[in-house]
Amino acid sequence: MDPQAVIAKRIARELRSGMLVNLGIGIPTLVAGYAPPDVQVYFHSENGLIGTGAIPAEGMAHPTLTDAGGRPVTALPGASTFDSAISFGFMRGGHVDLTVLGGLQVDQSGHLANWMIPGKMVPGMGGAMDLATGAKRVIVAMQHTAKGQSKIVKSCTLPITSARPIDCVVTELAMIAFSNGQAVLTEIAPDVSVDDVIAATEADLVLSHDLHEMMI
Amino acid sequence: MKTVPLADAVAMIPDGARIVVGGFLSVGTPERLMDEIVRQEKRDLTLIANDTARPGVGVGKLVDARCLRHVIVSHIGTNPETQRQMLADEITVELVPQGTLIERIRAGGYGLGGVLTPTGVGTLVEEGKQKIEIDGRPYLLETALKADFALVHAFLADYLGNLAYALTARNYNPIVAMSGETVIATAEHIVPVGVIAPDHVVTPAPLVDYIVANG
Repeated sequence: MDPQAVIAKRIARELRSGMLVNLGIGIPTLVAGYAPPDVQVYFHSENGLIGTGAIPAEGMAHPTLTDAGGRPVTALPGASTFDSAISFGFMRGGHVDLTVLGGLQVDQSGHLANWMIPGKMVPGMGGAMDLATGAKRVIVAMQHTAKGQSKIVKSCTLPITSARPIDCVVTELAMIAFSNGQAVLTEIAPDVSVDDVIAATEADLVLSHDLHEMMI
Repeated sequence: MKTVPLADAVAMIPDGARIVVGGFLSVGTPERLMDEIVRQEKRDLTLIANDTARPGVGVGKLVDARCLRHVIVSHIGTNPETQRQMLADEITVELVPQGTLIERIRAGGYGLGGVLTPTGVGTLVEEGKQKIEIDGRPYLLETALKADFALVHAFLADYLGNLAYALTARNYNPIVAMSGETVIATAEHIVPVGVIAPDHVVTPAPLVDYIVANG
């Protein structure tokens, strides 16, 4: 299976009806497509929309109904729109149940780096710092390695997004949870061994007592 | 509130002014005001906005036409021209977390000196800022932002200047409308008083100094 699909499918299993969920750009956006049909979540777009729906049918897009990437979306029944102060109050205030963010690096103690590469890429943090700091639960969706280098490192070498540790990271190889400064391997993807994960990971991993295969 | 022709509205903005502009990736940005600022060749403006949009749209037009000296935004990743001008030292860019930026603008308009936020604590964002502990948790003191002119785009404006917004084009606009010394608004539709019911007015008329006339 496509690595990004493995990641998105696994994270979609964390969705529960009634949750307020914010998806970042990139792999996180794919999670919506794998939400189980019986699970009704509210998706939050930071530009001021709760109840974000799918891309509109051809000819039905409206220039003032967009997602945080500026793309046309639909609004589901029960949707609401609001200003940016309220939108970020939702994030910082702990009213967003779950956010899924992309990552450049995650370190052993759960710090996320995802907003800049000094000297190379300085796009600005947008809403990432507020989400990483304030959402009730933060899951990072990213591929395990980049150019053969582990993205799960002992200590982030890139500027971190928040001092608050993330809850877990899901890659195409594994699910790793963070608690008490430890990186705990909780699930491994089908056809992947624990040794494969350890070999692909720079951070020190603790094996969960409940370590099992990822259901996707 | 006064109704003014587009050219007269923009003529009030001097070179070097500090403007705060509504919109999110150009959605909800007063495009006619952007076009007129470019046409009147304003220079050395300081821009406070969510982002610098994309080349050719929204505040991206001001970047293209080199109207700006300094920008205070949360994101420039969608506009390669902003990045080019920044690297060439033609403009300076202050990047602010989005939730902090909107709160700084809100503080400016609400008579607050600043806000305390946990966002940015322990990151590069905290450099040079005062850290204050409340109930054992650290917060950054982020100071208020005000502007000489607030440029706002509404869906409806009535003859008195009450404003209502549409869907995700609301974004920064109601907050921006509070934080400009002079507030200039454009609207999709200018409508009689009463069309916007009191409960549906988002920006009350006394805040709005000028509505840009149709045409």
